[in-house]
Amino acid sequence: MKRPAFDSHSGTGAWIHAIRRDRKASAGAIIIAFFVLLALIGPLFVGDSTAPVGIPLQPPSAAHWLGTTGQGQDVLAQLVVGTRTSLAIGFAVGLVVVLVGAMVGVTAGYFGGRIDGLLSLLFNVFLVIPGLPLAIVIAAYLPSGPLTLGLVLVVTGWAWNARVLRAQTLSQRKRDFVAAAVVAGESSARIVTREILPTMTSLLVAQVIGATVYAIGAQVGLEFLGLGDVSAVTWGTNLYWAQNDSALLTGAWWTFTPTGLCVALVGFGLVLLNSGFDEITNPRLQLERAWRGYLEKEGGEPSSSTPVVMRRE
Amino acid sequence: MRYLLRRLGFYLVAAWVALTLNFFLPRLMPGDPATAIFARLRGRVSPEAMQALREAFGLTGEPLWRQYFTYLGSVLHGDFGMSVAYFPAPVTQVIATGFVWTIFLAGTSVVISFVLGTLLGVVSAWRRRGWIDTWLPSTLAFLGAFPYFWLAMVFLYVLGFTLGWFPLGHAYGDDLSPAWNGTFIADVARHAILPVTTVVLATLGGWLLSMRNTMIAVLGSDYVHLARARGIHPRRVMLRYAARNALLPNVTGFGMALGFVLGGSLLTEIVFSYPGQGYLLVQAVRSQDYPLMQGIFLVITLAVLAANWLVDIVYLWLDPRIRDASS
Repeated sequence: MKRPAFDSHSGTGAWIHAIRRDRKASAGAIIIAFFVLLALIGPLFVGDSTAPVGIPLQPPSAAHWLGTTGQGQDVLAQLVVGTRTSLAIGFAVGLVVVLVGAMVGVTAGYFGGRIDGLLSLLFNVFLVIPGLPLAIVIAAYLPSGPLTLGLVLVVTGWAWNARVLRAQTLSQRKRDFVAAAVVAGESSARIVTREILPTMTSLLVAQVIGATVYAIGAQVGLEFLGLGDVSAVTWGTNLYWAQNDSALLTGAWWTFTPTGLCVALVGFGLVLLNSGFDEITNPRLQLERAWRGYLEKEGGEPSSSTPVVMRRE
Repeated sequence: MRYLLRRLGFYLVAAWVALTLNFFLPRLMPGDPATAIFARLRGRVSPEAMQALREAFGLTGEPLWRQYFTYLGSVLHGDFGMSVAYFPAPVTQVIATGFVWTIFLAGTSVVISFVLGTLLGVVSAWRRRGWIDTWLPSTLAFLGAFPYFWLAMVFLYVLGFTLGWFPLGHAYGDDLSPAWNGTFIADVARHAILPVTTVVLATLGGWLLSMRNTMIAVLGSDYVHLARARGIHPRRVMLRYAARNALLPNVTGFGMALGFVLGGSLLTEIVFSYPGQGYLLVQAVRSQDYPLMQGIFLVITLAVLAANWLVDIVYLWLDPRIRDASS
């Protein structure tokens, strides 16, 4: 019997391969790539997004594809320029949130004892204090701007990741391979980075993606409430101005619909991408997938529990 | 019992942290909220009243630690100071008007979302690659990706404004006054449908996905295979064997979700002009009513802590391991 051909790819190649193989993940990757491209080069093409270019609240036309805002600005230009700021803050905050969470969580889970008690208390307290009200209270006192926004989002967002990673570290800590590494005399730093963290790759990637989705959503929400820098052009402030110019009551749907769709598309793309990462970093899913692919090629029926090949002849 | 007492101790610590944050935040931030507060009140109150106010807020010339203990003392006595925007109403009185509505709105939405999402998650994992598993998680993830308030705006615009099926805002009609009769309750329910629906739609996906994922992991474990092999009725295996164990992470999440929704409902309340805490909070921020803002933050936090303790009791009932460990 032939063995199913497992992937010989490794490292980045394997990730790209896994994304391309998974339909959901490729769709997610394409969406994210589009928005990143839009954020990078889009603003070069649309000109000044804050300049009044026409009559306020014009519906979409040939001159202004997405119409104009209550101040006569081009909605498309504002959308494109806003993409850059919102994505930059979103990705940066997503990364920092997981970094802080991982440092606290893994330290707590690995060392246990009093360190664990203290750190767990810290993140558990931050976890039960409701995030959005805390964010609003902090943001109300600080000068508005992207830095404040980033700080507020990290302060209110890191605890969840710390908790999940602590639990995961704790369960790995009890496994035999960690005990073996301890007995073999490996240093704590090496055990954490080489033995424990690799088993959590899929979780970490999922967390960065989740934290980015959170960061973009919370950022847009805070800015919508007027807690960001309302003179800047971001997705959130676009919605803030749409609401302030009573878009809903004048029927100017084009001033708030595109921005909301973009936020949702980015979030959706990230979630789709996540499923692809899960497929590659979870060996069980990988094995299952390899078998299914092999069986389908051989014309057999994939069975859910046992890898028994049933030839159709 | 020891477990519950330990948790209670933890919530007391959390409450103390929230109180301390509440005390130090305004004093550490650049700018002086006291000046802002009193600038707004200047001309409306006499200098003597102003001095009394300063003392009530603890914004006196005393050393910080004295101020801190004065503050803790007055909060423990249920004195949150005076609202600036609704002067001279005390903060507690302003908060009381909004609190009931928020609890009602957030509570209803969380319970509906939790029960529905968890059930769908169980079915989705049980019939893996079935139509529910294929379409529902992606659809809900897509809906959940929309900003909460944006979804609410679209719903309000289409169902309330364009089609006119639902009222455009507020908790009950202007022509009614609060009373325990059928008309009023029906009106409150009618006004709550749209806000609750948007919250449920936006949060359902999270419950579904987390339940589905835990459930898939549990379904792969040996004791479930054994239960199946023994020929136990599939529905019993699904609910009593797999779902009960897979439920634990979702129950842990429930307390947090309540905090999330209690806080997050303020966006919904803004869109629907619902007279709850969140609406008051944003009004307080916009009018620089710092005492009210801090009072609301504190009340929301305390409500969430209390809810979490209740969740702990449920958790104890669900997970015998904790019961055994603590006895």
